[in-house]
Amino acid sequence: MSAQRTAWRDARLVAARAETGAARTLVFKIPGWPGHLAGQHVDVRLTAEDGYSTQRSYSIASATDGDLVELTVQNVPDGEVSPYLVEVLEVGDEVEIRGPVGGWFVWRPSSERPVLLVGGGSGIVPLMAMIRARRQAAGRTPFRLVYSVREPGQRFYAGELRRHDPADAGLDVAYLYTRAVPDGWPRPAGRLTVADLNTHGWPADFEPDCYVCGPTGFVETAADILIALGHDPRRIRTERFGPTGG
Amino acid sequence: MGIISRGFRGRPRDEGVKLPPGQYLTHDFPVLSAGPTPRVRLDTWEFTIDTETGQTHRWTWRQLLDLPSETPTVDLHCVTKWSKLGTSWKGVSLDVLMEDVETTAEYALVYSYGGYTTNLPLQDLLDGQAWITYEYDGEELAPAHGGPARLLVPHLYLWKSAKWVRGIRLLNEDWPGFWETAGYHNYGDPWREQRYQGD
Amino acid sequence: MTASIEDAYQDGNALAGPLREIFAVDMTAAEGRCASCGLTGPLASLRVYGPEPGWVARCPGCEEVLLRLVRGPQAAWLDLRGIVNLRISLPAEAEAAGA
Repeated sequence: MSAQRTAWRDARLVAARAETGAARTLVFKIPGWPGHLAGQHVDVRLTAEDGYSTQRSYSIASATDGDLVELTVQNVPDGEVSPYLVEVLEVGDEVEIRGPVGGWFVWRPSSERPVLLVGGGSGIVPLMAMIRARRQAAGRTPFRLVYSVREPGQRFYAGELRRHDPADAGLDVAYLYTRAVPDGWPRPAGRLTVADLNTHGWPADFEPDCYVCGPTGFVETAADILIALGHDPRRIRTERFGPTGG
Repeated sequence: MGIISRGFRGRPRDEGVKLPPGQYLTHDFPVLSAGPTPRVRLDTWEFTIDTETGQTHRWTWRQLLDLPSETPTVDLHCVTKWSKLGTSWKGVSLDVLMEDVETTAEYALVYSYGGYTTNLPLQDLLDGQAWITYEYDGEELAPAHGGPARLLVPHLYLWKSAKWVRGIRLLNEDWPGFWETAGYHNYGDPWREQRYQGD
Repeated sequence: MTASIEDAYQDGNALAGPLREIFAVDMTAAEGRCASCGLTGPLASLRVYGPEPGWVARCPGCEEVLLRLVRGPQAAWLDLRGIVNLRISLPAEAEAAGA
């Protein structure tokens, strides 16, 4: 099993769709894919014709679906890999992928605890995999998602989260906007606050599992707030999107 | 080598320039870090050379700036395979700093604010091969690139050019530094492609 | 270069792939104790710099280096001297990763 997991596999792009002006969901077909847990990630390796090669880590966005794996990639300006994945890669092209990896920032459908998901920007991606895994398992565990983005146009998966799929009963979604809000939006634009997680999260008494993902500053703010609200630090799992996501 | 991803080029690279084996040319100045960037105050900054007999030579920031300086233009080769040509620096030659230092030591351990270390033979620091630099490209050296002062020893891979340099210990025995104890080559000559232990 | 980029780091989740090359089980959930300050937590919670020239994982409490990992073309070098020990969960019955 270890050998499988660390082997680079050929991955062919079979579909792609824009999430925002600067983010794209890529659907890869990876023969022999062993399946994955929600929250796990993969390493993507690109090799140029002259042999130059580089790799980056991306969270998986999809629930397990045979040999198909979806990633959502945010274009990092001046990045080396993400501009290629977002702007150049076409259906039929190949990259190499290894994984899945990660065993800490994962949600298992067998868990019965309420779940609080707190995502900042592209930190929504592994949290969306958890929502999709819950839907796939017809789970009834109550989920709450608090999703902070710059402005409405920056939301990933907006249509899917708005659709109120019957299988998503028990999932509450709250958007926070840090720069610009839609007309008539009650909350002024601003960064995540104690009030936001107090209102849209679960009371600490419910002992939810909390998953926080986003840029480093966002993750640290959110984790500090959750601890201040009385959540057990051992039930707060965090994943920071580092500077080398480019 | 893995499968080639159509149309992937990576960062722009030039061809036809003579580079050490396995290197690619870059025009930007990548920043690699192994920890938080130290913030060093100039009024408490110091640079020291400690000899194998326990003598300490010490310079404050002001004293460093008062020493005769040079403006080397050199090529940089990073072990992570990028090379940057024709970079211009200003700093004090180690020959000047070593002028009054009495030593028979063969090895040097360079240490930095923030805890980084790297080792090299003392002779690689002498004869116009190394500088304590404080300006890059005509401006004061930015913290990301090692400011306020950085060792520059461009004939070896760039990890030997310690950022945030604080001092040099002269030793009778070789003492491997931060990357040299974690798999990287003890000497690091880019033209002989000495990247990893055993290369 | 902005301050945010200079001081930016990832967390130990980024070590999942590189460590999975070496260990038979996921190591990011393993709990380690900092040899310097005694703080205990999963490898996933460490402050991680890298991947180049190598992975350097520091304690979120005291910033000491806990783990270093360099991957060459033919070998990996792993230094764990900053960690007193690691508690690696080994369930009696292996849990399938797939759904």
